[in-house]
Amino acid sequence: MADLSINFNGIKSPNPFWLASAPPSNSGYQVQKAFEAGWGGAVWKTVGAPVMNVCNRYGTIDYKGRKIIGLNNVELISDRPLDVNLKEMRETKKNFPNHAVIASVMVESKKEAWQEIIKRIEDTGVDGFELNFGCPHGMSERGMGSAMGQVPEYTCMVTEWVMEVATKPVIVKLTPNVTDIVHPARAAVKANASAISLINTINSIMGVDLDTFEIRPNVGGKGGHGGYAGPAVKPIALHLLSSVASDEEVRKAGIPISGMGGVETWQDAVEFMLLGSTSVQVCTAVMHFGFRVVEDMIDGMSNWMDERGFKNCTDFIGASLPRISSFGDFDLGFQSVARIDHNKCIQCNLCFIACNDTAHQCIDLKDMKLTDEVKERLWPVVREEDCVGCALCASVCPVDDCITMTEIDTGRPHITWNQLIKEKPEVLQWDKMVEYREKNHIHIH
Amino acid sequence: MAEHYKPVKYKAWEMNLEERFQEVFPPLTEREAVLEANRCLYCYDAPCMVACPTHIDIPTFIRKISTGNVTGSARTIMEANLMGASCARVCPVQELCEGACVLEHDEKPIMIGRLQRYAMDYADEKKIKFFNKGKSLGKKVAVVGAGPAGLTCAGELAKMGFEVTCYERKMWPGGLSTYGIVVFREPVEVARAEAKKIEDLGVTMKTGVTIGEDIQFDQLLKDNDAVFVSIGLGSVPNMDIPGEDLEGVVDGLEFIEETKVKPLCDIKYGNRICVIGAGNTAIDCATIARRLGSERVTMIYRRSEAEMPAYHFEYQFALGEGVSFSFLTQPVEVLSNNGKVDGLKCVRMDLGEPDESGRRVAVPVPNSEFVVPCDMVIKAIGQLKHTPFIAKLGEYGIKTVKGYIAVDSKTNRTAHEKIFAGGDCIRSKGEASTVMATQDGKIAARAIYEQLTGNKIPEGTLKRSTDMTIEPAMEKGYALHEHKPRVHATAPTK
Ligand SMILES: Cc1cc2nc3c(=O)[nH]c(=O)nc-3n(C[C@H](O)[C@H](O)[C@H](O)COP(=O)(O)OP(=O)(O)OC[C@H]3O[C@@H](n4cnc5c(N)ncnc54)[C@H](O)[C@@H]3O)c2cc1C
Ligand SMILES: Cc1cc2nc3c(=O)[nH]c(=O)nc-3n(C[C@H](O)[C@H](O)[C@H](O)COP(=O)(O)O)c2cc1C
Ligand code: SF4
Ligand code: SF4
Ligand code: SF4
Repeated sequence: MADLSINFNGIKSPNPFWLASAPPSNSGYQVQKAFEAGWGGAVWKTVGAPVMNVCNRYGTIDYKGRKIIGLNNVELISDRPLDVNLKEMRETKKNFPNHAVIASVMVESKKEAWQEIIKRIEDTGVDGFELNFGCPHGMSERGMGSAMGQVPEYTCMVTEWVMEVATKPVIVKLTPNVTDIVHPARAAVKANASAISLINTINSIMGVDLDTFEIRPNVGGKGGHGGYAGPAVKPIALHLLSSVASDEEVRKAGIPISGMGGVETWQDAVEFMLLGSTSVQVCTAVMHFGFRVVEDMIDGMSNWMDERGFKNCTDFIGASLPRISSFGDFDLGFQSVARIDHNKCIQCNLCFIACNDTAHQCIDLKDMKLTDEVKERLWPVVREEDCVGCALCASVCPVDDCITMTEIDTGRPHITWNQLIKEKPEVLQWDKMVEYREKNHIHIH
Repeated sequence: MAEHYKPVKYKAWEMNLEERFQEVFPPLTEREAVLEANRCLYCYDAPCMVACPTHIDIPTFIRKISTGNVTGSARTIMEANLMGASCARVCPVQELCEGACVLEHDEKPIMIGRLQRYAMDYADEKKIKFFNKGKSLGKKVAVVGAGPAGLTCAGELAKMGFEVTCYERKMWPGGLSTYGIVVFREPVEVARAEAKKIEDLGVTMKTGVTIGEDIQFDQLLKDNDAVFVSIGLGSVPNMDIPGEDLEGVVDGLEFIEETKVKPLCDIKYGNRICVIGAGNTAIDCATIARRLGSERVTMIYRRSEAEMPAYHFEYQFALGEGVSFSFLTQPVEVLSNNGKVDGLKCVRMDLGEPDESGRRVAVPVPNSEFVVPCDMVIKAIGQLKHTPFIAKLGEYGIKTVKGYIAVDSKTNRTAHEKIFAGGDCIRSKGEASTVMATQDGKIAARAIYEQLTGNKIPEGTLKRSTDMTIEPAMEKGYALHEHKPRVHATAPTK
């Protein structure tokens, strides 16, 4: 069986699955129960400045009968007194010496405040810290959380204060609510952070009640932006993760990344790891189903690794990063066309109407005489020479593997956009572009 | 032509003989399985799991199907139930797990049985071996009878490190899964493959050996540290009516067994059949007869619909197969012509006062005799106990309840400390079923372990099988390979 244990810049964990700093890791009772269920580590619910919470903290989005595709919250950091949290961290670490216990911290922007709390927490024996520069509501209005994370200079400054006193690894947790996440990531690197984690929640409003005009979640008749998480945010998280993981400065620093945002299954976790996460954190999926979801995460990942002959997580962490590129470097000569398997097609015509109304009108409905029915329903047939290979039809087709985007060789030059405009800058004029296409038999109708 | 444009043959008379004996439920496709798995709510402390006699962690195995961890799903099932492939097919799910599903009222219950079969089939196809023989404990156990109870007990004991020998009277192991469950519910190959998995755990399988004839029970007891008795039940009892010995009067179990072991076209069946009894076995006989081609099949039952012991869904199934029912009818004589069956003389019944079991007693209506013309009579009025064998056990102080072996329900131990028993041969109350027999085997294995080693197995612990073997299907580092075009097709021409 594969070995799932990881070494996260000195923080050792029996597997890469950590509870994210959030309600599931609110207390010693919960974290220890989670460890018993199989979680490898937990980032404690953020401790720090005193707070007061409100009621109706969560709003969720259901999608066509499936509950909680996304969850937002207007919850603050831990509202339990610091001493209680510290006592329970100590007890948890004592009972589970081989699991990763990480304290998430957020205090006001004062050097003494940060340094004092770090020292007090370190005394409990925790394995490391996570600096919460991401909370987008409540705390940010008080100059904490994402208010720090959105200004790289602040991120760098506070991290430096912490690094001065911390003897345990320090993870900087980034907010997605920025224009380019690479800047705060570099700020963390600059301050010598031991690791980076991302993403915290995304600013959002969950919805409006059509009867009462109230905002969801409703807090006594009012509502406001809250942090969005859960399966719906995964593509955003993967993008931000890959930007940070493939950034030159971050790579040079060689520090690990803990990824999160929408992880619900072992497959999600593998994707995060292929894009450079060493550990993955989970909050919403645990809030939906309980700590027990980790059993399948461990089992599924380990079976997947066995099937591929991977012995350790390091065998595949970051394996997809070399594939992360950008538009200017994509091959303009790579061409695919849609092929329909009429043995599988159930004749719903969704591909036809999608292509006809919203793509390139290259699917026809034809009489194919594929059955012995006298009045046979017409079949969708792709006019391959007109197909631009957008993959919309394959996306809407309800039958697995019925429409395959098939790579073909048309003899188009294999050149990237960047190379093209360097070699032939004139194509930036429409007439020259048309000329270039004609010369290379590229027809777009 | 696309598969789904071939007309679906759902009318029995449009199918050929082989087709009629395929499994009634086709396997779920991957898409069906995933959609259904996603419908499951993943309940906590789920009632379905409580209702399963072997307490399979149903929400977990279903979730694993939804996440694409089908291997793990099969392992979750097998950890609780080594007969998972049989149970998936034969369990009366409406009465058990599916009947308890929380979606029963608002939507419809999750198809737990068919999802279980999906996972078990997957593991079988991929030839994944989940468990290995445990480290030797230096202790020997004999198992008498290789039905679901015996196989499970043997398998669990082998996993723990016992040296287990299983003795089976028949040619093949599997008990009624191999010889008794109708093929369109469970093909013989499934039962045999399941038994093979038990052998692969290091259990020595001695088939064609009858304990009490080829080897004496005393010998077994002397040679082993414990013995598990799982001999099931015997043949169908006599009806004690004239004409019972005529050619054309058959034992229902033998009739079913033929369809399991013989080519279907070699099986003799009548054109007008009376099946006597209204339990599940009787229904099986009747539906098999219809599927073999019998034109008129009538079930003859002493009491009314309300008292019939068959599951309601079995009754519905039989109705759908075109079986007719003659309730409140008691057979009194098998009539013959030239030594061959040509009718069943019956008398009409009325329901009287309830007896001590609460069922209303059937009393004959005077002068109501009539004849049902038929050329074959199938008896399916229950099963005899293996009385001589059980009488022999009496010499060891073993008690009985209504002719069944008496055991302590927590350990399945008999009054003799080295002798344990389980399965149909102890089922003095409740419905005999494969899954109950399986659970009996587990209970006994645990008790034998605790008794012989002095160690305790904590209640409800699931051990992860770290010795599972999965063959790497892909080259290591697959994801790191450079992009290579997968298909080179010809370019379209303009
Ligand atoms: C026709 C029929 C249909 C059924 N359908 C269903 C169904 O759909 N669903 C369901 O859950 N249950 C069904 N059952 C019940 C189910 O098959 C039994 O409850 C189950 O098989 C009991 O398992 P067992 O191990 O106790 O006994 P068995 O399966 O009967 O196995 C006992 C084994 O012991 C062997 N044996 C007996 N005496 C000796 C001896 N002296 N020496 C060596 N070996 C011996 C026998 O040959 C046999 O192989 C059905 C039963 C019948 C008869
Ligand atoms: C209710 C709730 C409370 C949260 N509280 C915190 C917090 O105190 N500190 C923190 O760093 N992140 C907090 N988060 C963010 C999570 O740690 C995590 O970054 C985010 O939920 C994305 O992961 P997910 O999609 O698995 O939920 C909270 C998230 C939720 C849903
Ligand atoms: S989940 Fe618990 S704390 Fe929250 S509203 Fe429901 S009962 Fe109250
Ligand atoms: S969407 Fe798929 S199934 Fe529907 S008509 Fe098109 S190819 Fe056929
Ligand atoms: S009761 Fe039904 S919905 Fe709930 S876990 Fe069981 S199968 Fe799923």
